[in-house]
Amino acid sequence: MEIIIPLIIAALCGYGLFKRVNIFESFVEGVKEGMHTVVFIAPTMIALLVAVGMLRESGLLDWIAETIRPAAEAIGFPAELVPMGLLRPVSGSGASAILLGIYEDHGADSFLAKCASVVAGSTETTFYAVTMYYSAAGIKKIRHTLFSALLADFTAIVLSVVTVSLLLN
Amino acid sequence: MSYVFGIMITLSFVFSLISGSAGELSEGIMDSASGAVTLLISISGMLCMWSGFMRIAKDSGLIEKLSRLCAPILKRLYPDVDVDSDAFRYISMNISANLLGLGNAATPLGLNAMKELKKHHPSDTASDSMLTFVLMNTASIQLLPTSVAALRKSYGSQHPFDILLCVWITSALALTAGLASSKLLMRRQKWRSLSR
Repeated sequence: MEIIIPLIIAALCGYGLFKRVNIFESFVEGVKEGMHTVVFIAPTMIALLVAVGMLRESGLLDWIAETIRPAAEAIGFPAELVPMGLLRPVSGSGASAILLGIYEDHGADSFLAKCASVVAGSTETTFYAVTMYYSAAGIKKIRHTLFSALLADFTAIVLSVVTVSLLLN
Repeated sequence: MSYVFGIMITLSFVFSLISGSAGELSEGIMDSASGAVTLLISISGMLCMWSGFMRIAKDSGLIEKLSRLCAPILKRLYPDVDVDSDAFRYISMNISANLLGLGNAATPLGLNAMKELKKHHPSDTASDSMLTFVLMNTASIQLLPTSVAALRKSYGSQHPFDILLCVWITSALALTAGLASSKLLMRRQKWRSLSR
C-alpha cells in the first residue's frame, strides 16, 4: 500500500513528459494556486476551529453523551459509541482518540471496535469539510448543508451497529 | 455560517458557566486558535504539493479523460453543470481521488471545483450543485478504509479489513440519506419560490 502514492506521482509525471507538458512549470503553477487557496481559506478555518475548540473544552458534548446514554442503552444501542458519534463531525483527532480508546479497552476485534471502525471509515469531519469548501467559494449562506450532512452522519452511526451485528456476528 | 459560529460559541459559553468549566474554556480558546494556525501550516504543504501534481494531470489532459469516464453517473447528480466545463472536470477528479482514498489529493481538486462552480453562480448563497458536492465530501466514499484498517492492525486485529462490506453499505446508505434529504429540501424551496 505504501508504494501507491509515489507510484501515482511518478505516473503523473511520466504521462506529462509523454504528452510533452512542461511538468516543472505546471507543478509550480499548481503550487501557486494551492498557496492562494490556503491564504484564502485561512480566516474562515481559524474562525471555525476556534468555535470547535470552545465547544470541545466546554464539556457540552460530554454532557450530552452522558444525558442520552440511558436512552441509547434502552434501545440496545452501545452507549460507548455515543461520544464518538457526537465528536466525529466536529473533530477528526478527537474521534480518533475515542476510537483508539475503544481498541484498547475492548480489543480491536470486539463488536464495539468493529462498530466504531465502521463509523470512522464511513464518515468525515463534517464541519471541517463544510467550512473549507464553502470558504474557497466565498459562500456565506449554506442553506440546509449542515442538516443533510449531519443526517448522513447519524445514519452512518445507526447503520454501523446494524450492519456489524447482522454481517459480522 | 454566522448562525453556526454564533450558536457554537454561545452554547459553549453558557454551558461552561453552568458546569463551572470556564477556566478550561478560556485555555481552550487560546489553544484552539494557535492549533488552527498550526493545522493550516501543516496542511498547506500537502495541499500545495498535490495541487502541483494535479496541475500536471490537468495540463496533460488526464483530468479531462477521467472526467469523461465519470460523466454518465455524475451528470445525473449535477444536472446544471456542463459536462465540458472545468467545474465538472474538477468534480469528477475530486470524487475519483476520494474513492481511491487519496483525501489529500482530493482536497485541492475539490477547492478548485468550488471556485469554478462559483464562477457560474456569483452569489454568497450556495447553489444546488455546491450543496450536492459538499455533501459528497462530508460523507466518506473511499473504497478501502486503509487508515482505519492500519489502526486496527496496530492494535492487534486479526482481520483488519473484515469490516469492509459493512463500511461500503453504511457509507453508501449514509450518503444516499444525505443526498436524498437535500434533494427533497431543494424541491420544496423551489416550490415555495414558484408559488410566491
